[in-house]
Amino acid sequence: MTDKLDNLETAAHPENLRRVAIDPVSRVEGHGKVTLLLDENDHVHQVRLHIVEFRGFEKFIQGRPYWEAPVMVQRLCGICPVSHHIAASKALDMIVGATLTPTAEKVRRLMHYGQILQSHALHFFHLCSPDLLFGFDSDVAQRNIVGVVAAYPEIAKQGVLLRKYGQEVIRVTAGKRIHGTGAIPGGVNKNVSAEERDYLLKDIGQIIEWSRAAVGIARQLFEQNLDLYNNFGTFKTHTLNLVRADGALDLYHGGLRARDMNGNTLFDHYDYGHYWDVIFEDVKPWSYMKFPFLRSLGPETGWYRVGPLSRVTQCDFIPTPLAEEQRMAFMAFNGGSAAGATLGFHWARMIEMLHAAELIQELLHDSDLQGNELVNTGKRQARGVGVIEAPRGTLIHHYKVDDNDQIVRCNLIVSTTHNNQAMNEAIRQVARQYIDGRKLTEGLLNHIEVAIRAFDPCLSCATHALGKMPLEVELLDASGGTVDTLLRASDGAFCSPG
Amino acid sequence: MTAPILVFATGNESRGDDALAPLLLRSLEGCAETAGRVELIEDYQLQVEHVTDLLGRSAVLFIDADMSCAEPFHLSEIVAAKDSSYTSHVMTPFALLHTYRQVYGTDAPPAFLLRIRGYGFELGNPLSDRAAANLEAATKRVWELCTDGNLQCWRRQ
Repeated sequence: MTDKLDNLETAAHPENLRRVAIDPVSRVEGHGKVTLLLDENDHVHQVRLHIVEFRGFEKFIQGRPYWEAPVMVQRLCGICPVSHHIAASKALDMIVGATLTPTAEKVRRLMHYGQILQSHALHFFHLCSPDLLFGFDSDVAQRNIVGVVAAYPEIAKQGVLLRKYGQEVIRVTAGKRIHGTGAIPGGVNKNVSAEERDYLLKDIGQIIEWSRAAVGIARQLFEQNLDLYNNFGTFKTHTLNLVRADGALDLYHGGLRARDMNGNTLFDHYDYGHYWDVIFEDVKPWSYMKFPFLRSLGPETGWYRVGPLSRVTQCDFIPTPLAEEQRMAFMAFNGGSAAGATLGFHWARMIEMLHAAELIQELLHDSDLQGNELVNTGKRQARGVGVIEAPRGTLIHHYKVDDNDQIVRCNLIVSTTHNNQAMNEAIRQVARQYIDGRKLTEGLLNHIEVAIRAFDPCLSCATHALGKMPLEVELLDASGGTVDTLLRASDGAFCSPG
Repeated sequence: MTAPILVFATGNESRGDDALAPLLLRSLEGCAETAGRVELIEDYQLQVEHVTDLLGRSAVLFIDADMSCAEPFHLSEIVAAKDSSYTSHVMTPFALLHTYRQVYGTDAPPAFLLRIRGYGFELGNPLSDRAAANLEAATKRVWELCTDGNLQCWRRQ
């Protein structure tokens, strides 16, 4: 049994376990699928998470003029269009040979911090707080945002207004709610007027206070359930993230830092313009999604984790005072246990939200936002790479452009793809801890989801037509028969298939 | 001044028939007959902060593509309903109305959902011919609703 539990990616004796090829029903919507293979004694032999892939978009963008990319890529994802907008714009800065003016960089940074704030607020207050506040296998009728609102009305309201504020920052900097054109190759197409600045300044003090309180909630949850939070889906892994030249957390720009699972530095301040020399993408026959790995370690052991937990634990410091104070407390907590725990993601995410709120306040007091030098150009290049730390982790956009200004090649490595193997590992740990030998129930299903959700994956992409289903879990027995299947429809209701 | 009628379209123009609602919204933009009375908002999907957009309206019309409704479209009045989509980045209009009640302590304004039948949602595909025909019929109906503004007209099936 020990042998099989060592690696649940592929069953050791598939001849005894009918292999079921599971194609995602559709790649057009955020469709996640988890499959589990059991033997005759209900012991788990294989666990796999399948997630939507973006390869179609890389093809879709080919042949388009490069200046369309920052707007086009926003249609890649309805959850984090701004992240794609900025990453694409950074790549195209290289294409046009531009060094950004102070105004352009600060407007983009403001936009990005608005995105971090709204995304983290949504994830913590509305997607995860039901699990965290009520328990992973609490009454499903209560374990939702409506339940949160009823039991903790002030927290839920703060979540709504934090999210709204972040969206307003985006609207002001990008020009409109969606399909924003704020960032363009070489700069931005608008500054932040004094009126817009004052509008945002009006509430930023409150936003910082609420963000600070949210860090407190995340910490309190960890303290109250220490054993669970330390161990749930936890595993050791390598990490990857951007850091500023002085080692500080920087969500907009920096060099790549990779550390192994023991904290040893694999590379640091690496120029992301040559990311392919240190990161490679593996392909597995059972998933549309690629599996990135660190070249120096190889595909088997070179996978890593990105996102808030990696960023907060691997930076040398956070360059805003309140968030730095919280980072130090996080790192010191219980001998550092939270820094390695999968559920530590939530606490780290709230520290980043506080950091983003502080940065927004700092930028709003910077008169460069009202500057009029918006765009620069330089020597035209054929290739451009843009990397940012998006809410979910490192986001890479890579374009090659021909002499006719058309995009001839595009490669995107999105945050959820970086975390692909790590998320698979997290649900395998949960399978070992909670599912092995037991009948699948909604509560156990939710344990799997809690582990996936900690990473805040982009399971739900922009297409969302009514009637779609974002998650399906199948439990198969030794003969390949379906023991149990649970579907979660787009409205969140659980149901049996058919 | 908040416009009394809100038309809220959700969808992604780059994914085939998911463009139905945004395209319908385009056809209403710049319309002199509805100026000042109808606000048009588009987003990829509904989320919690959109409760703030419902405040102070006399009627709200949500528009979305639908894979399963009757052709060419289906219009109905909707009410707040509990929603357990706690892992989803997408809220239903029903759940949004329910969240409105919880946030503001009162019922949301009268709300309607227009589902326009779509067929294919692949990335990069254009609007299908069948969906285009449905869009034409739906646009005509929305035009009637917006220029009339009488809820009795909205409730007429």
